[in-house]
Amino acid sequence: MINEALKEKITELLPTATFEEGGEWLTINVAPDDWHSLATQLRQDALLFFDFLFCVTCIDWKTHLTMVYHLDSTKFRHNIVIKSTLDVVDPSIASVTDIWQTANFHEREVYEMFGVNFINHPDLRLLILPDGWEGKRPMLKNFEDPVNMIKL
Amino acid sequence: MSNISNNAGSSSNPPFGGGGAFPGQVHDTPGGGIVLSKLDEIINWARSNSLWPLTFATSCCGIEMMSVAAAKYDFSRFGFEVARASPRQADVIIIAGTIVNKMGPVLKRLYDQMGDPKYVIAMGACAISGGPFFYNTYSVVKGADHIIPVDVYVAGCPPRPEALLHALISLQEKIKNGLTREQIKEVK
Repeated sequence: MINEALKEKITELLPTATFEEGGEWLTINVAPDDWHSLATQLRQDALLFFDFLFCVTCIDWKTHLTMVYHLDSTKFRHNIVIKSTLDVVDPSIASVTDIWQTANFHEREVYEMFGVNFINHPDLRLLILPDGWEGKRPMLKNFEDPVNMIKL
Repeated sequence: MSNISNNAGSSSNPPFGGGGAFPGQVHDTPGGGIVLSKLDEIINWARSNSLWPLTFATSCCGIEMMSVAAAKYDFSRFGFEVARASPRQADVIIIAGTIVNKMGPVLKRLYDQMGDPKYVIAMGACAISGGPFFYNTYSVVKGADHIIPVDVYVAGCPPRPEALLHALISLQEKIKNGLTREQIKEVK
């Protein structure tokens, strides 16, 4: 499916979604509350069939956080990018581990690095960081660690 | 015997600062020869020409180290015969890459498991100081010498294979010229 067709189809599923174009892949902005229901439809729709969540990450814009999900359909070979803006102080969004199993580890990594709370995640704890790093959010731009960090 | 006396008898040193020259004097006598030397110097000479490195690389410097081990540069020519996968069999650890906080205890354990005498080369900017990760990072050790003592530092990001060869030969010179770190400690 080409980007225009994807855009049309997704507008049907979620009329409030907004789109960004210019890149290779269609980018869709959704509200955090709409994300889980849209994700379910993206996975289950016979024509979209996004069966592979190949990247989950987060961006710190200082004023807000942006969650970024990259989806791929191994059947139709089309991709989309989903973005969702979160509050920087108390970021939270629904987990999609029940839809794509791979989201389990991806979301744990975003949780330890950016402190995003994934609602209904089955096992939300640190992935790679050692014990004692809970809630420290080291990838935020305002993160400071007087023991390990050297500032200019 | 005659082979040794031939090598040692020649006054000309091989390239790279006398790498293989046998320390001592050779007195030719009928039917052979007599070698006069100090035992310490012979031990250091033997040690310096059989330094087996540990297979240890934590990032891109490891690729350069592999290149130095491979056919084109080939550190076997200088006595770094073969990289050993076990610290029990290794004499020198080349810290080729970034050491992160999580890797620190592993590096310490590997160093502790190596048999004495043991030597350390810090290869590249990361192993020397944290390199490009010196500022504003929560996860990188700012120099491997925070964890284990280092004998030779090689600058570069990553260093050229020639630079690592130079460091290896510098380490040999260092070993030939004096006491081991443990011996220096005992003297003090």
